[in-house]
Amino acid sequence: MLAFTIRRVGQSILVLLVTGFVAFSMFTYVGDPIDNMLGQERTQADIERLRDQLGLDQPFFVQYWNFLKEAAQGNFGLSYRQGRPVGEILVERLPATLELAFVSGLMALIGGIGLGIFTAIRKSGALSSSIMALSLIGVSLPTFLIGVLLIYIFAVELGWLPSFGRGQVVDLGFWTTGFLTVSGLKALILPAITLGLYQMTLIMRLVRTEMLEVLRTDYIRFARARGLRERAINFRHALKNTLVPVITVTGLQLGSIIAFAIITETVFQWPGVGLLFINAIQFVDIPVMAAYLMMISVMFVGINLIVDLLYFAIDPRLRVDRSAAKGH
Amino acid sequence: MTDPVLSVQGLTVEIPGRRGILRPVDDVSFDIAAGEILGVVGESGAGKSMTGNAVIGLLDPPARISAGQVMLKGEPIHTTKGDAIRRIRGKRMGMIFQDPLTSLNPLLTIGDQLTETILQHLDVSEPEARRRAMTALDDVGIPAVEDRIDSYPHQFSGGMRQRVVIALALCAEPEVVIADEPTTALDVSVQAQVLALLKRLCREKGLAVMLITHDMGVIAETADRVAVMYAGRMAELGPVRDVVTVAHHPYTAGLMASTPDASRGEARLRQIPGSMPRLGNLPAGCPFHPRCDRVGEKCRHDPRPDLSVDGGRAACWFPLTEKAET
Repeated sequence: MLAFTIRRVGQSILVLLVTGFVAFSMFTYVGDPIDNMLGQERTQADIERLRDQLGLDQPFFVQYWNFLKEAAQGNFGLSYRQGRPVGEILVERLPATLELAFVSGLMALIGGIGLGIFTAIRKSGALSSSIMALSLIGVSLPTFLIGVLLIYIFAVELGWLPSFGRGQVVDLGFWTTGFLTVSGLKALILPAITLGLYQMTLIMRLVRTEMLEVLRTDYIRFARARGLRERAINFRHALKNTLVPVITVTGLQLGSIIAFAIITETVFQWPGVGLLFINAIQFVDIPVMAAYLMMISVMFVGINLIVDLLYFAIDPRLRVDRSAAKGH
Repeated sequence: MTDPVLSVQGLTVEIPGRRGILRPVDDVSFDIAAGEILGVVGESGAGKSMTGNAVIGLLDPPARISAGQVMLKGEPIHTTKGDAIRRIRGKRMGMIFQDPLTSLNPLLTIGDQLTETILQHLDVSEPEARRRAMTALDDVGIPAVEDRIDSYPHQFSGGMRQRVVIALALCAEPEVVIADEPTTALDVSVQAQVLALLKRLCREKGLAVMLITHDMGVIAETADRVAVMYAGRMAELGPVRDVVTVAHHPYTAGLMASTPDASRGEARLRQIPGSMPRLGNLPAGCPFHPRCDRVGEKCRHDPRPDLSVDGGRAACWFPLTEKAET
């Protein structure tokens, strides 16, 4: 188990290095940040000086190496646009994104697993058929369209909820939260639904398929033949077996909630890291982009690691068998 | 014979389909007394498992019992539904499935699965349920129960798992056990152990056992009486010794002849020509007549015979009455 964890962490670091390399090499093609940073009245000398200052005249590998060296110490350089340390900007923006991702992730998990179980158990009911039909919308409509539709209905027509921003936030010193004010909570609803709907329908359909599969197995038949209650069969015997494959997909989905937040944050002008990234691209703010991509890959890799470890917790067959006295 | 524990009379199962109604079980009757093993034998698709599932009320819809009765100690249970039949399953009637590798939930320890079943049916405390779970495992010959009760199914071998399955089926002390091909998935050497175990438990606890198998050898070794099924119907019913000595129905004789026997020293295994007719396409008259070597005009044209034509023994117009040459 320990050896497994160490090996996985080692693999994770390798993955991070490669992602960083690929991301960094793409930035060379995004454009020249110098254009944006200096105004119209620039001279060739200004350009040369700034280029030298930022180290942009150095070969690509040297730039990457310097980036890694600094990043390992938690230093992502200065933003070209804001002139402030990138780490500071990210930390400032992160709470907004994490709160949004947390709420939509929770919604996707609870709603997805709950509805998945319901539609599997009542597989021929009218209600579950309608849920299944509606879920197709969730799977097939693009995120930004859902966002715009929600804004149109609830913000423009009904005027119940704000269409952009985070509302009133409370600064806790290390964290700014929208959970503590009414306007903050109201502002959270539409973006959270937009971001979580796709994941929710995906998890729901997955749970339903897996659950139907499990309900057909011999051990469920045997549980039934032993006269166990339906509730015990569905929730004790079937659900646990359903969750094994569901965890993988769900884990990856939670990672992509943070990544997909870029679109939702743009639609709702949500002041999180996704919006920061979009703005950074427009300005060719390489340090911000690099730091953002590294952060996302760290999250993905971290979630993957947790998912792998969760398998051990749920499935006894994977655990190291110490009392391995095999029967005969 | 004492009053039967399980009595099945004229049991018929129907499956409505696009091309009419199929009858995978048609007018099947038998009794099983306490401490008796009734072997039910036949080829795949003969309706053996379907009969077992119908008796315990586990038919998958749209299959349903359309006629006949299932009586448990004189009490009809074929119309029982919902919670009432659930309380009979496991508590009064246990079922053992074919494949021990898939019958146990892989994510729960065998102790959990046992105590769960015991707590469901018996009014006992949790420590008492665990104690009984250990006794149940001990009964089926699991060694070092103390150490094994908290193991997961994958930590047992196939034969041991089937013992656990039997313990699970018996832990709430049922009166009837339906064993659906309990040894088919096991090694031959383990088969004999499991059958001996089943036989011992049947005698000790006075169980009425319905042993479903396609293996005539298993029947000859284990059962007291045998019911031979063909195309959803009873072909022959009688004490094992009599049937093995002189099979009245040509189908039974064919089954026996196709059981490998080293003493006969034949190079090729005998087989019954042809295969079982599909349910939607049964021949007129006796369903076995196209494959039968004793076929006569009566077999082709008269309504299909039932057991009464041979004094309750074989559903055949021209039963064999002397030992066939082998």
